[in-house]
Amino acid sequence: MQRTYTTDSMTADATTESALASAPQGRASDVRHGPYAAELARIEDKVLDAARIDRAEAELLHERADLALLGRLADHVRWRLHPRPIVTYIVDRNLNPTNVCVTDCGFCAFYRRPGADGAYLLSREEIDAKIEETSRQGGRQLLMQGGHHPYLKTDWWCELIAHIRARWPHVNCHALSAPELDHLSKLDKRPVEAVIADLAAAGLGSVPGAGAEILVERVRKIIAPKKTSTDRWLEVHRKVHAAGLRSSATMMFGHVETGAERVEHMLRLRELQDETGGFTAFACWLMQPDGVPEEDRYPRRGTPVEYLRVQALSRIVLDNFANIQTSYVTQGLDMGQITLRYGCNDFGGTMLEENVVSAAGCFHLAPIQRIERVIERAGFQARQRNSWYGIVDARHDERVDGPRGPENAAAARPSAPRAAAAGVR
Amino acid sequence: MITARAPSDERLLRHARGAGLGEIAEKVLARQRLSIDEGLALYRTPHLHALGALANHVRERWHGDRTYFNVNQHVNYTNLCNKLCKFCAFQRLPGEEGAYWLTPEQAADKIRAQLAEPVTEVHMVAGVWPRIPYSYYLELLRAVKAARPSIHIKAFTMVELDQIAKVAKKPLEQVLPELIEAGLGSCPGGGAEVFSERVRAATYHLKISGDEWLAIARQVHRAGLRSNCTMLHGHIETIEERVDHLDRLRRLQDETGGFQTYIPLSFHPENSELAHVEGPSALDELREIAVARLLLDNIPHVKAYWILLDIPVAQTALSFGADDVDGTVVEEHIYHDAGATTPQRVARSELVHWIERAGRVPVERDTLYNVVWSPHQAASLPSPAGVS
Repeated sequence: MQRTYTTDSMTADATTESALASAPQGRASDVRHGPYAAELARIEDKVLDAARIDRAEAELLHERADLALLGRLADHVRWRLHPRPIVTYIVDRNLNPTNVCVTDCGFCAFYRRPGADGAYLLSREEIDAKIEETSRQGGRQLLMQGGHHPYLKTDWWCELIAHIRARWPHVNCHALSAPELDHLSKLDKRPVEAVIADLAAAGLGSVPGAGAEILVERVRKIIAPKKTSTDRWLEVHRKVHAAGLRSSATMMFGHVETGAERVEHMLRLRELQDETGGFTAFACWLMQPDGVPEEDRYPRRGTPVEYLRVQALSRIVLDNFANIQTSYVTQGLDMGQITLRYGCNDFGGTMLEENVVSAAGCFHLAPIQRIERVIERAGFQARQRNSWYGIVDARHDERVDGPRGPENAAAARPSAPRAAAAGVR
Repeated sequence: MITARAPSDERLLRHARGAGLGEIAEKVLARQRLSIDEGLALYRTPHLHALGALANHVRERWHGDRTYFNVNQHVNYTNLCNKLCKFCAFQRLPGEEGAYWLTPEQAADKIRAQLAEPVTEVHMVAGVWPRIPYSYYLELLRAVKAARPSIHIKAFTMVELDQIAKVAKKPLEQVLPELIEAGLGSCPGGGAEVFSERVRAATYHLKISGDEWLAIARQVHRAGLRSNCTMLHGHIETIEERVDHLDRLRRLQDETGGFQTYIPLSFHPENSELAHVEGPSALDELREIAVARLLLDNIPHVKAYWILLDIPVAQTALSFGADDVDGTVVEEHIYHDAGATTPQRVARSELVHWIERAGRVPVERDTLYNVVWSPHQAASLPSPAGVS
């Protein structure tokens, strides 16, 4: 769907114009009575029958399905892949050792140019204090990523990771997104495989899916021209998986991309997952435009239902991803709970600290007890997990279920979409 | 005679059958009334999407994609109240910190402050205080009307009307024409809480009973006024009590046809005596809207009141049976005293924007659901479903 957006505050009349210009092509009720009803019904049956949908079908769902249809199908796929009423989350912390970055993405309110006001590099003492605090609160994961610092090479990261692993062996380093690994490879002037091998040897346990934005070159040239390209992002993840590590995948949408480009993004991920099986989970969120450097370029924040539609579509399209993660941090706990019936089976991290989207005017962090209650009141059991989506929750009988660490994570790939069929609601 | 079903109806039926709701779906498609037991089954089903699809079917049968809102303002003219309801964080006794009582002129000032905005309705509800004389209510209505003659005054819940008749020392049948003469245009639906005597005894025993609430609503309708109706859910009531409440509303509606809109009110626990109760979760709120849309087969509109649901739930609710989102509000106290964190007002353009983005057609209405504005006037917009 080609969406056009308006950015400025508007008078009533201008609102009318823009509302017309930006209205979704289909009205909700067209699903049942419009010219696409028969085709949508065919796609519905296909998904209910556990078959994979193709590009044209995914695009039609994106453009023409109503929320009711997307929700029904996403929930169906969720129960097929996860027959048990369990929703997982991980006790973790974001640790951003530096905000110094040379990539200059106009949608990012977190980074600072080298030497700019507010640029920082955390000292080892500051880092250690944050990790110690995380460890004491039962944290199992450090999501470490940050700016593309011009002087921090692989050695610096290896040393940090080895130090963390030695002192806090129960805390996994989920660190360095594909663009950062690519950046390290350039700084080191050696292949990214070598960078990954060194980091893995130092104790890197898994790789976050950040920096994907939209995996379409037209979009990247507008929003992140200096960032790793689509092909390179995928290539780095392919090499991460080849090194025996698992990674997650993300999508940031609601800016300059079209509906077809959202689908393209999902299909590129699905292709690579068919090839490697190395992705643990997919998460997506709406771009958070407040106070970012190129604020004028971006439309007003997408509405909650637009987020929910894409989140649901991702569960339908990404049939070879075991887990879909909600984005309560950007959407709030109410929407977080709703997504549990629109395809999400994971609540993400508790994020004892978050700096990136909160820099863009978005802050919905919640304590663990509240997260668990939201999950339970949706009719699910809340379980803590590790970075490889194995359940590791000492408070419950199935204390360890699924992968315990990177070494046996590969064995826990999702079953092929046609294989399982149970508990469908 | 056998009539062929539309393919979409067949699909709906199949979906419902798969969820064990086949018989209910048959009745919904045949426009037959659902029973008490069927209402309970809808509250209990784990198949949220099948429930939502049925409610969405009824919503689209009534209204298509039309989603109503209005440009309104709230005036809560006093928080003095002697009902001491345990779920309320708004009420004050005289002398308590924050207690207030607006003079008619102060209320009119709030109306005048919005004269630059295209406000069509004022929603005026407040606490109940026996020292407020009958003349105050008439003066309040006249002052508001004088400040903005075109405004529609939707004021006084059944609880307030009961009190007004008491201080007027005459029967409500005589009071209502005088209030109408002074400017009253319709009545809001609040104060119904849950009709169950058990719940009333436990949480709001000083308030009028369910029978009294319904009797006053009957008189309001007989006086020629339309009203809304509500249920406060998510505290100590059972689903049996909820279904009973909805059933009693639809039976009165059979008789009078005077209810325009049903509004489920989520219990917000903060700052009240029931702070230990959680209140409904987001998915509970979606279910509440869907069940109401299916049981209340004779009330035209079901509202997702954005100020208490917040926009994520209200926007999603447009797929679970809701066809109205309330209005721009301007200044709200009752729910914000109870911890609501929604903005106190939302610009008209915002409402239009998020209704559009849900794939629906925004229609600005007046209080009685006449169309004021829609971006899709080219598309035929039949007049809203009338009530008998």
